Amino acid sequence: MAKVIGAVVVDNEECKGCGLCVVACPQDVLSQNKQVNSRGYHYSFMKTPEACIGCSNCATVCPDTCITVYRVKL
Amino acid sequence: MELADIINPNNLVYEKPKLLTENTMHYCPGCSHGVVHKLLAEVIEDLDIQEKTIGVSPVGCSVFAYNYIEIDWQEAAHGRAPAVATGIARTNPDKVVFTYQGDGDLASIGTAEILHACNRGENIVVIFINNGIYGMTGGQMAPTTLLGQITATTPNGRDAGRNGYPLKITELIAQLPGTSYVTRQSVHTPATIRRCKKAITKAFQAAMDKKGTSFVEVVSTCNMNWKMTPVKANEWMVENMFPFYKPGDLKDSSKTDPESYTPIKN
Repeated sequence: MAKVIGAVVVDNEECKGCGLCVVACPQDVLSQNKQVNSRGYHYSFMKTPEACIGCSNCATVCPDTCITVYRVKL
Repeated sequence: MELADIINPNNLVYEKPKLLTENTMHYCPGCSHGVVHKLLAEVIEDLDIQEKTIGVSPVGCSVFAYNYIEIDWQEAAHGRAPAVATGIARTNPDKVVFTYQGDGDLASIGTAEILHACNRGENIVVIFINNGIYGMTGGQMAPTTLLGQITATTPNGRDAGRNGYPLKITELIAQLPGTSYVTRQSVHTPATIRRCKKAITKAFQAAMDKKGTSFVEVVSTCNMNWKMTPVKANEWMVENMFPFYKPGDLKDSSKTDPESYTPIKN
């Protein structure tokens, strides 16, 4: 099976830190940042970027649509 | 492979729908409204009906829906969205009209309007967000509040003797001959969100084909007024809401059943 590598880009200022993407991720890639954005929310970030498969589950559940997903087949 | 090589427009698999505006939604973190707005934007984009879609927003948290989706909107008085949508749909038969209502709006003050619009079989889509509480006004009991559920006005839990029973409005509407597609969905996991998108697409398709009213209930969370984290609220919904409000299609048929609704002979 071809290997798939993905990457997600979180719009840090739009993210409200609800944590739904962290739970939805099957690869446990995302986590909530200890830092906060200008509105005081703990925005999501890729904790283990190498594990991402670009399934776009995180972007699907994001209520604020602040996640963009990219995927490459090797 | 470096991260910079992956993040390239050629490798894009998911981005914000073009119909959603750049405005930051005013909803609380983790609110189901955001997901349903996104699904609506995606469905309208997929069906390519942006130019002829008119939304009717209610009174409630989603009153500002017109700030977020780039289509034509009309604001209605509390609960009267189906009545306004009836007028728009009848005067503009080539338009696709939908209402977007919460449970306080649709199941309480707007019960008469929704029942009669569905009974007349207006060619509209009704998106019904059911979170079992009055969200915008501070978490008071709604008709759909579960028995025993703690709200601002039922601090000891809803009691059937004093507060009555929760209203299964979707089951009521499924019995009406004017409705063609009645379904109950949720948006708490990626799988249910994709299923909900299919249901909304089907509902819009049915309205465009003039089959009658399509009704999509979305069982949602109101984590702020349930006083939970968004993740915990989703778990609470699965545990407590789903046994009472069972997800699935309640009706999927054409507008009228000719057997049981035959006009009398004169």
